[in-house]
This record gives sequence, structure tokens and C-alpha cells, in this order.
Amino acid sequence: MIKINNLTKIFKTPNGPVTAANNIQMEVPEGEICVLLGPSGCGKTTTLKMINRIVPPTSGKVFINGEDTSGLDTVSLRRNIGYVIQQIGLFPNMTIEENIVLVPKLLGWESARYKKRALELLDMVALDPSVFLKRYPKELSGGQQQRIGVARALAADPPVMLMDEPFGAIDPINREIIQDEFLKMQKVLNKTIMFVSHDIDEAVKMSNRIAIFKAGELIQYDTPDNILAHPKDEFVKNFVGDDRALKRLRLVNVAQVMEPPIHVLQTDSLSDAFQKMQACGYFHAITLVNKSTQPIGFVTKEATQTRQGQCGEHYIGLKSVISINDDLRKVASKMFTHDITWMPCVDDEGRMVGQITQKGITHYLGATYRRDSYQNPPNESEHIDPSNTTSC
Amino acid sequence: MEILNFLIQNHDLLLKLTIEHISLVAVAVGLATLTGVPIGIAITQNERVANIVLYTASIIITIPSIALFGLMIPILSVIGHGIGYLPAVIAVLLYSQLPIIRNTYTAINNVDPALREAARGIGMSPMQRLRMVEIPLAIPVIMAGIRIAVVMNIGVMAIASYIGAGGLGVLISRGITQSDPRQLVAGAIAVSILAIIADYSLMHLQKKLTPREGTQQ
Repeated sequence: MIKINNLTKIFKTPNGPVTAANNIQMEVPEGEICVLLGPSGCGKTTTLKMINRIVPPTSGKVFINGEDTSGLDTVSLRRNIGYVIQQIGLFPNMTIEENIVLVPKLLGWESARYKKRALELLDMVALDPSVFLKRYPKELSGGQQQRIGVARALAADPPVMLMDEPFGAIDPINREIIQDEFLKMQKVLNKTIMFVSHDIDEAVKMSNRIAIFKAGELIQYDTPDNILAHPKDEFVKNFVGDDRALKRLRLVNVAQVMEPPIHVLQTDSLSDAFQKMQACGYFHAITLVNKSTQPIGFVTKEATQTRQGQCGEHYIGLKSVISINDDLRKVASKMFTHDITWMPCVDDEGRMVGQITQKGITHYLGATYRRDSYQNPPNESEHIDPSNTTSC
Repeated sequence: MEILNFLIQNHDLLLKLTIEHISLVAVAVGLATLTGVPIGIAITQNERVANIVLYTASIIITIPSIALFGLMIPILSVIGHGIGYLPAVIAVLLYSQLPIIRNTYTAINNVDPALREAARGIGMSPMQRLRMVEIPLAIPVIMAGIRIAVVMNIGVMAIASYIGAGGLGVLISRGITQSDPRQLVAGAIAVSILAIIADYSLMHLQKKLTPREGTQQ
């Protein structure tokens, strides 16, 4: 847990004092990632660096897991906080191993223990220890170097991590990969993390909470979904962008939006399929699954009305299915790619566990806006599209 | 041919003078390194002090060596060492300050700020940062300063024979006073060769002391 109390930084410059951070007040609960977001010069980096006193605060206090850090000396304070910077800052005169074990060494660990730790950490950041342990930072690519940067910060297992645009200097493809890996690691490690970024997409992807800064002030501190759905003022609105509703797609999983699975088997007759569609209010088609309920195609309503026989003889192949673990961005992308408005949702074994429709998505995302205009929470039935009502 | 004969006939003398010369320069530059490197590191903390120190060292280096030797005679006579070994070493020590201090100062100042921030951020104390990061990275440039000091002062030390400090300058000064071109040229060549060899071997030492960084990918 990181708690910041009235933190203020005033820089003295030849043109008079400049307030880089004004009375910042916030709290990051344990195990959460908080992204500090804003344009350059907004005070986000200053705020981050006041936590490990790379920038000494003018006034205010920082608490880490309830402990007032102003009583600690800077060296022991910093050894208990992981620190990752954009420029990575690996020491070029040390091997990867020496870089990683630096903090444990400074803390006086025994050599067997920190050597073992280096192996663990390299595994954790998905780099082969037998290849990388004895190499030098210059021999690694930027992405690999930043993985080592993260490993070094994690070496002594600090409860708190500060990251200053850690993935900012990495090319977009590798950035995505490293972000995903980092999120996977965080699920296991459960660190309390403060993360500076100027990229709203990165913030939405990485954070549990977003703090938006402007000219040294903390403007809005909320969950990504709330920031995107309810920006507090014009500045936040402009900063998160006109496409903010689209950005929310990333925050929602297929499982949250999908509807119960309705399907027919190959051996079902077309008239059964027609009955099912009528009962559920489907206008166009119904998914066809094999014996292990894996979706293999669909039968159109037209076919059930104009032809005779079993569904297995008159189906059309599926263009795409979606995993329930994917986010809505992927759903939208697949829908646009294949020009479709619905897709069967499958679990890890490929079995159909639901279906997702364009209507369902717009409805889900629209719910929070409707709540605003009605000023009262909608009842549950309002969530569900009438045409897809599931009485089956 | 004459010179070669002279060198062969007097190789004992030549060896003795060369060793004298080397030891004079080694002691002086060695002491200068012990003072110059810490001064160079210390002045990175304060730019104004750094400017004053570097300016003073620059002034010292502009004093002609023969004048510096002359100046030291009355001063060091107080302790009975107006001429000879001591003033020669002190002069070279002073001349060596500028290249050594300036290179150390520049090298430490030029350590990538990101590395310095990373070192602070992971909780290294100022001394640990210096010992584990800043000095190892500054070594090549500091060594370059020492090399300049050595090569330059092998030349300066040749003049120290005029105040009785010995060294290869003895051949040169004798050659002048006795109008003996053999001695003069032999002394000059010996000094040049010594400078080249010293530069070359220090370059190797510099490479050895430079921390491995691997090859850029």
C-alpha cells in the first residue's frame, strides 16, 4: 500500500518558484497498479520520484504499508522499493547477473542465495539463464534489457515498485509483449505499483487505477472504466480522447458480455432448429455444434424455412469464434474483419459456452451512460437485448 | 654511425640514465595520480570550485619548466633540497595535475545520468556509486589523462638535468655544453623512444583496466 499525503514539490528556478506537484493526495491499495498519467510537465514523474526521494519533497508525507517513510534514510528506503526507469540504466560494466543481484548483494545476502535468485528472476522475465547470465547489457536488445531492468527491481522482492515510463523506449510490438508478460507476473507477485505513462492506451491496459495530472494537480483518480466513461472535466475528456468509449472495449472480457449458448446438433432436424430460433427470437441463424459442443458452423433461418432434413446437411462454416478470456477489442476487430455481428464464445477446450453479439456489446457499454441520464440504476432485464432474451 | 657507436660504447651510462629518467617520471606521475584523481572526483560536487581548480592547474602548466625549476630553488633551499631529485619530482607532479584532474572530472561528470539515477534509485550510497559504477566507467578517460601526463613529462624531465636531477637530459645538456652532437642526438632519440614505449604500454594497461562491456549487438 502506498499512501501519499499532501505531497508538494516547489522547484526554485531563476524565474521564481515553480510548483511541480501541488498537494497530491492519493492511495494505492496493496497489489494494485496505479498509472500516473498526463502530458509532459504535469507533475506525474515528480510525484513518483518523491516516493523514493530521488526528488526530495518540499512538504507532505509518503506512507508505505502504513509506515511513514520520512523517518527512513534514503538508502534503506530505496532498497525496499523496486525502481525501473525508461532509460533502463543497466550498468554496462557488470554482467546481467551482477546487475540483477546488485540490491541483494548490497543488502548482504549470501552468494548462494542471490545467485539462485538471479536464476529465478531470469526465468520469471522469460530469458534463458544459460544464455544471458554472463552476458553484458550492450549485448542485449532494448526489450531484453528492460526485462533485466524489471528483474533487477524485483531482486530483493520489494513490496512496492515505482516505474517511470518503463516501456516507453521499446518498439510497439515488443512493448505489447512485455506489458502482457508483466501483467502475468504481477498476477503472481501482487506488488503495489506506481507507474508513470503518457500513453492512455498503456494506462488502460496496465492499471487498476489511473491518476490524471495537469500542471501539478491531481485532477481525477479513479478506475480506468470510470475515467473513460465519466471524465471529470474537459481536460480529462480531451486527454483520454474522443474514442474513449472504444478504449473501454479493452477493459471488458467476453465472459462479462456473452449470452447463454443456444445451439443445434448435426442430427437435429431443420424444423427443430427453426423452433429453437423462434423460441429465442433469433432473426437470422443458429450455431451448429459437434458432439463435444465445439461450434463448427451455423444454420440460417432461411434454410430452416425452405429446406428439409438435418442441420448437419445444410450448415455454413463458421468464420470465427472468440475465447471467453479475450477482451471486447478483439471481438470488435474480428467482427469487422469478417463482417459479422455475432460469434460463438468458446472455452479453453474449444467448447461453445456462449455467444456474443454486437447488440450485446453496445448495450453493455451503453449501460453506464444510460445510468447517468436516468440518474438511477437500471434493473437487470434492461441489460439484455430483447431480441436475444433467453427463455430457452 | 657515429651515434650508434657512441650508444654501444656507452650503453652502461645510457641504461643508468634511462632508469633514472623512468623512476623520476614514474614517482612524479604516480604521486600526481594519487592527488589528481581524488581532486578530480571531489570537484564534480561543485562547479565553482571545479572551475577554480581547473583554472589554477591550467596556469601551472603554462609556466615554462626551466622557470619553474628556477622558482623552486629558493623555496626548497629552505629544507636543503634547492636542486636535484625533489624539485624535479615536484615540478612534474604539478605539470601532471591538469591532464589528470581534468580527465577525471570530465569522465565522472559524463557518466550517463540515467545510470546515476538507477544507482541512486536502487539504494546505492554515494561511495558505492563511485566505487561500483562511476569510477569503473571513468577508467578509460582517467587513464588517457595519465598517459598524456607521462608522455608530456618524459620530455619535461629531460630539462631537469639542469638542476642536477639526472636522467636522459644529462646527455642532452652535456652535448650542448661540450658541443658534442653525438651525445645530444643520442639523448634526444632516447627520450623520444622512451616516450613512445611508455605511451604504448600505458595504452595496453588502459585496455586491461577498462571494464569489459561486451560487444554492441
